[in-house]
Amino acid sequence: MLEVKDLHVTVEGKEILKGLTLTINAGEVHAIMGPNGAGKSTLSAVIAGKEGYEVTSGSITFEGKDVLEMEVEERALAGLLLGFQYPVEIPGVKNIYLLKAALNAKRAANGQAEIPAPEFLKLVKEKTAEMKMDASFLQRSVNEGFSGGEKKRNEILQMLVLQPKLAMLDEIDSGLDIDAMKIVADGVNSLRAADRGILLVTHYQRLLDYIVPDHVHVLVDGRIAKSGGADLALELESRGYDWVLEESAA
Amino acid sequence: MASQEMEQLVRREYKEGFVTDIESDTLPPGLDEGTIAFISKKKGEPEWMLEWRLEAYRKWLKMTPPSWAHLDYPPIDYQAISYFSAPKRPEDRPQSLDEVDPKLLETYEKLGIPLHERAALAGVAVDAVFDSVSVTTTFKEKLYEAGVIFCSISEAVKDYPELVKQYLGSVVPVTDNYFAALNSAVFTDGSFVFVPKGVTCPMELSTYFRINAANTGQFERTLIICEEGAQVSYLEGCTAPMRDENQLHAAVVELVALDDAYIKYSTVQNWYPGDEDGKGGIYNFVTKRGDCRGDRSRISWTQVETGSAITWKYPSCVLRGKESIGEFYSVAVTNGRQQADTGTKMIHIGEGTRSSIISKGISAGRSNQSYRGLVKIGPRAKGARNFTQCDSLLIGDQCGAHTFPYQEIGNSTATVEHEATTSKIGEDQLFYCQSRGISEEDAVSMIVNGFCKDVFQELPMEFAVEAEALLSVTLEGSVG
Repeated sequence: MLEVKDLHVTVEGKEILKGLTLTINAGEVHAIMGPNGAGKSTLSAVIAGKEGYEVTSGSITFEGKDVLEMEVEERALAGLLLGFQYPVEIPGVKNIYLLKAALNAKRAANGQAEIPAPEFLKLVKEKTAEMKMDASFLQRSVNEGFSGGEKKRNEILQMLVLQPKLAMLDEIDSGLDIDAMKIVADGVNSLRAADRGILLVTHYQRLLDYIVPDHVHVLVDGRIAKSGGADLALELESRGYDWVLEESAA
Repeated sequence: MASQEMEQLVRREYKEGFVTDIESDTLPPGLDEGTIAFISKKKGEPEWMLEWRLEAYRKWLKMTPPSWAHLDYPPIDYQAISYFSAPKRPEDRPQSLDEVDPKLLETYEKLGIPLHERAALAGVAVDAVFDSVSVTTTFKEKLYEAGVIFCSISEAVKDYPELVKQYLGSVVPVTDNYFAALNSAVFTDGSFVFVPKGVTCPMELSTYFRINAANTGQFERTLIICEEGAQVSYLEGCTAPMRDENQLHAAVVELVALDDAYIKYSTVQNWYPGDEDGKGGIYNFVTKRGDCRGDRSRISWTQVETGSAITWKYPSCVLRGKESIGEFYSVAVTNGRQQADTGTKMIHIGEGTRSSIISKGISAGRSNQSYRGLVKIGPRAKGARNFTQCDSLLIGDQCGAHTFPYQEIGNSTATVEHEATTSKIGEDQLFYCQSRGISEEDAVSMIVNGFCKDVFQELPMEFAVEAEALLSVTLEGSVG
């Protein structure tokens, strides 16, 4: 469903991605790992359409459509959804309101009417419970005063409500204690489906104990230096990243 | 007052609306004592009213326009203004909505203004007595039963001279400031509200019910009095953009709250801000002040300011009564080339007085806006407390926001807190919303409305909903 071909991206004149190629099919879970500064977060940010990233060459297509030609919201409506490493706070905007606006935007794009209020409430209550979040979260301002773990759970909650075709999760495990990580992982695992792709960006192997990926890619210096199965992550855990670097340089 | 008189009054207003029945003559531009005498005569005012106006005029002549505000506009030629113009004759007005600026109609559409009201707002020559007559009648009957007086100030001068004499200018003295003096000399119309002792006004009073409100002109004068234990909520303005040929507006609003009285005054102001270059917009120089004269009285100002080319406005409270409360909740939005210098003054005189100020300023485009607030605590105001929070939100990088808080603390038992923030509408916030599939425009309006929530929740329900819609329309296309 997602094809990234020979992607080159610069940020403020500095080349971060230097020819990245990646294919994700429906039903697959891919994990992108790599040392800090390798460009892991850049990849998901570029796919989502964040400003400040200049694609100098290469392409990104999603279900045959040119993603780079689409506006940010069009990408989301097409089914590409990014879970943030650092979700922003939006004071005064209720969490439930953002969820409803996002869901209705999706429905409108699909030619559906707005979701009836009772149906919506039932849905969000169910999903909130799944993420072991208190219902009061819905009435709080988006991410305002949330702990790190609460913010991450909130990102997954949005995924559960919006049901994207491709869920991209940027360092969803950072700053989580073990209990919160399990909840987040359960949430992600419940998203696994034959018609959905998942892209995990992570620095640590730890998360992959809970969400076992089908494919693991090591991103080093702007390129995918090595790809493999779930066992590659374990190897990285014990050996670090340096050997991949040496191998790819050789 | 005798019920018969009241009934007559009700009937008369009902038939003619609030506009005094005057032939359609207009004064040539210029201002002198003759102009004032003409206005006073046209309005059939008693001698004392004319004297009052003339005295104000003579004082005004000796005053100079204020220059301290953070505003930039050419000097106003007060001799080039016409101080009295009768309402436009129907044949001079657009004959149907087809003749009205389509942009204006588009805005009405977006704001969800009912069809039959659009014509009146756009100045189309419609029969003044349209659908809302029945509403107006029911409304008058209810007020009459409760003993509340709600009429135009011109009528009050004639029908309730004692009340007017007692209270007019008692909150905003004639010489208070340049524009107040000018208003006192030449005011043409406005509202008068009197809520007697112990009465809670049975409904929200709104200028909206006054069909001809659009014609009250440039120098509006409003006086609201709540006797002991009385309560009223007054709504001024309308979310629909108001076009007016008069560029200069200098209104005066005076509120008086006696013991245990509560006045809530809400404004939504959306006058024409001018074209993209700021041409033709309205200059709005307003003096609004509430006097918490009685113990435990409370005055609350809530305003949503989106229009005008230039706004100069500081709704204030004088907290004279013991334990009286003053509140100011404000959202000011400027876009294009608009300029606003607005804020409040809380003057603590009585013991145990409290005030809170929440001001939200949103600047977009190439607009500029300033918050100017004074908290003054007098020597007798033991244990007085103030809380001030002023937040500015910038959209884009060509606009400006400034905060000028002034504090004068005259005794050591007072508690004064001030918080201020300035933030740029986060690209990150926008991206976050958009990456959830929400369009940029909806995202901006969501973020801005979130920013204003503290103030909107102070607005009467219906107004709050309208204000949200208004903000989105005002800021449309201001990002990107």
